Amino acid sequence: MDTQLGKWEVFMQAKPGANYIHAGAIHASDKKMALQNARDTYTRRGEGTSIWVVPTDAIVASNPDDNDMFFDPSNDKTYRLPTFYVMPEGAKAI
Amino acid sequence: MTEQQALYKYCLRLGDNALVQSYRLSEWCSNAPTLEEDLALVNFALDMTGRAQALLTYAGEVDGNGKTDDDLAYRRGEREFCNHLINEQPNGDFAHTIARLLFVATYEYLFYSELMRSADERLASIAAKVVKESRYHMTHANDWAIRLGNGTDESQRRMQAAIDALWMFTGEMFETDAVDALLRDKNIAVDLGKIKPVWMERITEMVKMSGLSMPEGAYMQSGGLKGIHTEYLGHMLTEMQYLQRAYPDAAW
Repeated sequence: MDTQLGKWEVFMQAKPGANYIHAGAIHASDKKMALQNARDTYTRRGEGTSIWVVPTDAIVASNPDDNDMFFDPSNDKTYRLPTFYVMPEGAKAI
Repeated sequence: MTEQQALYKYCLRLGDNALVQSYRLSEWCSNAPTLEEDLALVNFALDMTGRAQALLTYAGEVDGNGKTDDDLAYRRGEREFCNHLINEQPNGDFAHTIARLLFVATYEYLFYSELMRSADERLASIAAKVVKESRYHMTHANDWAIRLGNGTDESQRRMQAAIDALWMFTGEMFETDAVDALLRDKNIAVDLGKIKPVWMERITEMVKMSGLSMPEGAYMQSGGLKGIHTEYLGHMLTEMQYLQRAYPDAAW
């Protein structure tokens, strides 16, 4: 029998304005516990200033079998990539 | 007693409470019900270690005899420790640890909120840091008490047994003596009479939210302030101080 509590995915923001980045997963029985467990597990060494927790079953993942259809078409079209632009000075978050 | 002696004693008490709690909480390492809770309790232990370090370092400075935080932590005997008895009680089951955390963290949150206004700037600045930690510890304990108290018959029975068992150690947290009186006059120490009714009100509310009943026992155990401890502190110190006792000045 699986006696684990529900699984939640943890996303951390390193500083205000930055993207939330997946940090890992924890188990918890409710939202409040999920937030506390995420805090206790992933912010012990000053890693972040904000946390999102999302029930794992709320996440819809792409199927690896679809990778050809999903991702290949963009691989050989360099004109899709913004590499021909000169980065404006001072743009840090890009 | 001079103000200096009183302040030394006062810092020792606060430092000892933090140190002893830190040790008990760290005993959960690898033994907590879940990995996440293991990390949480040990995080709290580390908060307490930092607190003990700050307070015992200051105690040594006030004393002025060149004692370091390590000297005070590892080279004092049981009778020289002046922590509250509740903090040295064994962890028991998870409910006991949560009950102790609930009682103590709520107390500490109120205590250090007041100590932030101490006329002693060093204590006030330590308190400003501690109060944030205590608020989190209190929230964590309260949430668990609610879950366990309103959980299964078994978890409710255990949570109730835990608060009943530890209740007789809560009165001591509000005891005062000449040290408090002297430092109160100088606006350095916290007025425990002021925080007692607030503590009682909050605990009553949390116990009610947890679907439990307030313990009825009126007898309160005390002795910690005078260095008279329960049988458990000596065993703890034997283990905690072993290295410095066996190999004095060992360092790495």
